[in-house]
Amino acid sequence: TGDKGGRVVIFQREQENKSRPHSRGEYNVYSTFQSHEPEFDYLKSLEIEEKINKIRWLPQQNAAHFLLSTNDKTIKLWKISERDKRAEGYNLKDEDGRLRDPFRITALRVPILKPMDLMVEASPRRIFANAHTYHINSISVNSDHETYLSADDLRINLWHLEITDRSFNIVDIKPANMEELTEVITAAEFHPHQCNVFVYSSSKGTIRLCDMRSSALCDRHSKFFEEPEDPSSRSFFSEIISSISDVKFSHSGRYMMTRDYLSVKVWDLNMESRPVETHQVHEYLRSKLCSLYENDCIFDKFECCWNGSDSAIMTGSYNNFFRMFDRDTRRDVTLEASRESSKPRASLKPRKVCTGGKRKKDEISVDSLDFNKKILHTAWHPADNVIAVAATNNLYIFQDKIN
Amino acid sequence: MFARGLKRKCVGHEEDVEGALAGLKTVSSYSLQRQSLLDMSLVKLQLCHMLVEPNLCRSVLIANTVRQIQEEMTQDGTWRAVAPQAAGRAPLDRLVSTEILCRAAWEQEGACPAPGLGDGHTQGPVSDLCPVTSAQAPRHPQSSVWEMDGPRENRGSFHKSLDQIFETLETKNPSCMEELFSDVDSPYYDLDTVLTGMMGGARPGPCEGLEGLAPATPGPSASCKSDLGELDHVVEILVET
Repeated sequence: TGDKGGRVVIFQREQENKSRPHSRGEYNVYSTFQSHEPEFDYLKSLEIEEKINKIRWLPQQNAAHFLLSTNDKTIKLWKISERDKRAEGYNLKDEDGRLRDPFRITALRVPILKPMDLMVEASPRRIFANAHTYHINSISVNSDHETYLSADDLRINLWHLEITDRSFNIVDIKPANMEELTEVITAAEFHPHQCNVFVYSSSKGTIRLCDMRSSALCDRHSKFFEEPEDPSSRSFFSEIISSISDVKFSHSGRYMMTRDYLSVKVWDLNMESRPVETHQVHEYLRSKLCSLYENDCIFDKFECCWNGSDSAIMTGSYNNFFRMFDRDTRRDVTLEASRESSKPRASLKPRKVCTGGKRKKDEISVDSLDFNKKILHTAWHPADNVIAVAATNNLYIFQDKIN
Repeated sequence: MFARGLKRKCVGHEEDVEGALAGLKTVSSYSLQRQSLLDMSLVKLQLCHMLVEPNLCRSVLIANTVRQIQEEMTQDGTWRAVAPQAAGRAPLDRLVSTEILCRAAWEQEGACPAPGLGDGHTQGPVSDLCPVTSAQAPRHPQSSVWEMDGPRENRGSFHKSLDQIFETLETKNPSCMEELFSDVDSPYYDLDTVLTGMMGGARPGPCEGLEGLAPATPGPSASCKSDLGELDHVVEILVET
């Protein structure tokens, strides 16, 4: 997790408990470190927030773990490694650290590694700075494991993980005259298998797929995905709610999913004209759009995620609700992440929002929803049915019941 | 933000409102609502964070909404050009007042002004969702009258009204306005020239002295990529840090 204070906290799943063989291990804090600090841009007289916008793991290649974390302006590559041995028997210093007088040393010895209490260290290995004029909204590691992209409101840059003083600009939608600006980039991601392909979404509800082999500057897309607007539901808020807040490829690479304000859409990369699936997240908010515009909730950026087999998708909502959609059975469920609503290890009860008329028992009416409690970030374990849900300053880990 | 479970009381002044409104020219509630939305949007654009850069995506979406409203008003013929001198300081006052009116209007009508073309929506009561203003929220019919007259004098073309924002903001917060709509390049530090294209001349950020560990070869070979960690550990032991 990354928080507003610039901290990153890593959780690790413990080994399964022998006394409870049917339940998976619990997640506990593994490492905490300060990734970003607040900065001041002297040229513009503006603060640069330390808030972490995105974290992405690199594929693991050895005992250490690597991740990229970013705030609005700077991306950092962090290495998290374990140290459980220390060397003893140095020649030039004593065990307590005091320097030995070189003239007193009569023999050389080889230091011996001895076990010590496990220490988890996080160290910044690369800092990729000064490449974004606007706020970074996405980072995505390429399938070649050597490069990654970072996207801000108007530009996308390609980096090599080893090189920090240079990045290549691959998308630039900044108009010559900023007064003509009507569309911004909202999210970007590399294809999971084709290292030359990436997509980026826009505030007008469009997705562009680009192939880096076609030209150095991918201003012209290879594919353009947009669903035609439904004229019967058009309002002054249509464009705002069509703005895509997140785009995620399926693990298979065949599909991608986009999240706009009210729905989640699944697209087949082979069909640009419309999505193959549309799932309503909280359609009951459609009649409240004006209020949500006034209090700025309409600009909330929700993420979405796939499960490991691409058979289910998940996204967050308000009132600490999150929604899961099973693509095979076409069933969906609303669950709540809050301490009050569930005891540890108890099954979550499905929730229902009442949209009008009589409110049934256990239903909650739209007007009672707490719009301060928004679940913007969710994640699904790549192999297990374990999910992580971030609700304000609490992290919830849920799993499906075994047996 | 939203008061949970608060019931909105039906205030008994509604007959006053009706009486006053009857004396005005008939203006559809849609126009009123649309004007409220326009005013609210302009206020949102003006309220820039002084310390942190404003969210560009949000600003662009709000500006597009303003543009849409203006286009519709132009088609309606309700948008009249006016000399910019007439505007002066008035827009700022007008915006503040109508923001209060927005809430008052919703409270009066008990519905959220969400104008839609080919309006098929039933505007259900969303009064509980509208932010609960203080008890002093003015609900004067007079403000409706003012609302009617004010805009007629002060409406300009879209560019003019945005220009008014630019003027007001330039005196208050030049850096904020720059971020919204003008080119941020300055003669001293052209980020675009420096960064666009192949050569990045940007200084590396504070790196805590670890830059030196990056491999010298341009492309990482397998041996370079493999365990820098082991290398560190061994190096540390050798130099006895």
